[in-house]
Amino acid sequence: MVRMAARVLVVEDDPAAAEMLSIALRQAGFETAVISEGPKAMPAMRELKPDLVLLDLMLPGMSGIDVCKAIRAESGVPIVMLTAKSDTIDVVLGLESGADDYMIKPPKTQELVARLRARLRRIDAEPAEKLSIGDLTIDVPGHQVSRDGEQILLTPLEFDLLLALARKPRQVFTREVLLEQVWGYRHAADTRLVNVHVQRLRSKIERDPEHPEVVLTVRGVGYKAGIP
Amino acid sequence: MVCREQLAVTSLAGRATDALRPVSEAISELATVAGATWRRSLKIRVVSSTVVLSSTVVLVLGMVLQAQLAQRLIENKTQAALLQADNSRILVESELGTVDPTSASLGGRLTTAVDRLTNPDPGGTGPTTAGAGAYEPVLVDGGGLSGEAGTGQKIGPLEDIPAVLRSAVERGALAHKIITVRRGPIMVTMLAVGLPVASAGRTMQLYLLFPLTAEQRTLTLVQSTLVVGGLVLLVLVAGIASLVTRQVVVPIRQAAEVAERFADGHLEERMPVVGEDDIARLGTSFNEMAASIQRQIRQLEEFGELQRGFTSDVSHELRTPLTTVRVAADLLYESRDKLHPVLHRPAELLVRELDRFEALLADLLEISRVDAGVAELHLETVDVRATMASAVAAVRAVADRVGTPLEIDQPDEEVFAEIDPPRVERIVRNLLTNALDHGEGHPVRMTLAADADAVAVLVRDHGVGLQPGQQELVFTRFWRGDPSRDRRTGGTGLGLSISLEDARLHGGWLQAWGEPGRGSAFRLTLPRSPDVELTSSPLPLGPDGAAQNTRDPRVPGGTVLDGTVSDGVAPSDAVPGGAAPETDEPDPVVPAGPGRQ
Repeated sequence: MVRMAARVLVVEDDPAAAEMLSIALRQAGFETAVISEGPKAMPAMRELKPDLVLLDLMLPGMSGIDVCKAIRAESGVPIVMLTAKSDTIDVVLGLESGADDYMIKPPKTQELVARLRARLRRIDAEPAEKLSIGDLTIDVPGHQVSRDGEQILLTPLEFDLLLALARKPRQVFTREVLLEQVWGYRHAADTRLVNVHVQRLRSKIERDPEHPEVVLTVRGVGYKAGIP
Repeated sequence: MVCREQLAVTSLAGRATDALRPVSEAISELATVAGATWRRSLKIRVVSSTVVLSSTVVLVLGMVLQAQLAQRLIENKTQAALLQADNSRILVESELGTVDPTSASLGGRLTTAVDRLTNPDPGGTGPTTAGAGAYEPVLVDGGGLSGEAGTGQKIGPLEDIPAVLRSAVERGALAHKIITVRRGPIMVTMLAVGLPVASAGRTMQLYLLFPLTAEQRTLTLVQSTLVVGGLVLLVLVAGIASLVTRQVVVPIRQAAEVAERFADGHLEERMPVVGEDDIARLGTSFNEMAASIQRQIRQLEEFGELQRGFTSDVSHELRTPLTTVRVAADLLYESRDKLHPVLHRPAELLVRELDRFEALLADLLEISRVDAGVAELHLETVDVRATMASAVAAVRAVADRVGTPLEIDQPDEEVFAEIDPPRVERIVRNLLTNALDHGEGHPVRMTLAADADAVAVLVRDHGVGLQPGQQELVFTRFWRGDPSRDRRTGGTGLGLSISLEDARLHGGWLQAWGEPGRGSAFRLTLPRSPDVELTSSPLPLGPDGAAQNTRDPRVPGGTVLDGTVSDGVAPSDAVPGGAAPETDEPDPVVPAGPGRQ
């Protein structure tokens, strides 16, 4: 369900790389806009209202992490991080600052496009589908999650993650399965992505993130939904 | 018979032993505790040896002193007694000079003479008590020198005089001897002096018995003084030794504590230095050593930081331009149909070599991270089968391309272990890629097994195997057995080195076995949790079905490279079943690093 001509904001300081990424993304059917400095990212965000942000982690002026946090503070727009640093600490830091997905430079073009499409694709919803997970209610078509009538704001990715668990309440999801269903990876071993996002999700939906009741950990296997 | 008796004795002894077992156990336990205290406490050792040595010295000294005293006392007494005896002789002789020993009145005269001795004339010289104290006289007519028999008349307790003394005196000699005689209920030690006295007719014998009670009392007093003094001295010595040892031991204990804290990583710890004595010197030297170690560790940390920074910089500086190249190459490759046919192959090569370049870059960065000591484990409890499955999924395409069947043998239930999943997946992936590279299309079998402490993954191929001696080289960086061989997976030459480092980070083993023509096997053994120290592997390493000793990897049953040896090279002494003929082409082990992590 890719919208025609989804708009991607490329935040990349290296002009050649930015240009090349733009070319490749346009080739793949995206509209692109390029920003080369961190501080300019937020004004561009507000002005262009992109459907997705492709963000370099090392930027002059303002680090990608800070840009990511600033965007997250205002919007749930999907953010895919592009980073030259592959150390776990850098990756986790990036994800924790709010990125939905990340790719290590240099990305394979096909894979990059696939990831961006996966972030833009939303899980199909039945009209008026309502689900329960733990003590939460999910309004699937409305993309809303609420507890006792009170709405909880989630990013699209967090929503998809919760929805995937809620739709099959008895199933235990391995991290690999979640990577495939939510992120659209085929064989990726990087379960850090799942771990970080489950943590972020829990910090928003759990009454006590230390003792989760909605997204339960199944030791050594993965996660499953809490009983409604 | 002898046997039976011995048996009887043995069984008796056995029963006695049984009965005594609790006692002996208690004793041995006590001995263990005492032994431990003895070994651990320098103070106790010093104090007890001091006490033992001093008590020996005190004991010997006391005994010598006492012996000397006793001898001197006896000598004095003897001299006085002899003098007394001589005086008594004169007195008795004057009394007996006119007595005919044969007359019937002898008894009466003897009594008179003895009375003169015991009750001296107040107006006389009064020699009886001079110097030697009181005594008991014995006067006897025991026979003369010329052999004539005496009448045997006697005054005093003749039965107390020992025969030796009597016979000596009867022969005319002056003799003395220390004897013990009964006086009422008690035994009294006496000095007996005997001497012949002349009477009118023949010689008689006069014995004087001097009680040694006073001397004994003196000796007892001296003895008890010595014992008490010795004991007091010993207590004092023990106290002093304890104090002195304390002076030495306390700083040493402090030093030990400081050293322990230092060893625990508190590099700021220093010993307090007071004064200029030996302990102070110890403190100064220790502190100098600590400062030096701290300096070097800081330096290493700085190097590590530098390395980490360098790694990161290189990574960024290389990867950003590489992004441009990569994306451009991908675009060219995708639209190669629109290119001139001459450019088709270059576009393909460009993309393929970029893959290799990236893989090499990733592996180089990883190995430099390991070298800098900044590689960290991120442990998670996972089902190892899942990790294996993703490794298999990653190499499935390559396996299909080269037409190698992949067989997987794993338990049906979950195999939980605390591991760093990406690293373990990378190890397994590298082992599989390596097996596919050298398996010559024969099936590659991966086996997973676990026991209480460890999980093991064995990857077995039936390809060209390893030549003796090559087992040491497979983990060497950039080592290639035969550069001319076709490299299907385009390995970087770092895959197995990185895998070995990854295994080590986990506290695990990565070992290789191989024989020419029989294929090779790589075994990864990981502890199920980081606290477990590996002692054995759940899987044997070697040819299929071989009963290998899995107890100790350092006792290889085949040409096994022990990945736990610090330099990554282990002895590979024996090839099982004898060394295979080296007619096969040398086996190149090209560790394949799939690259991107």
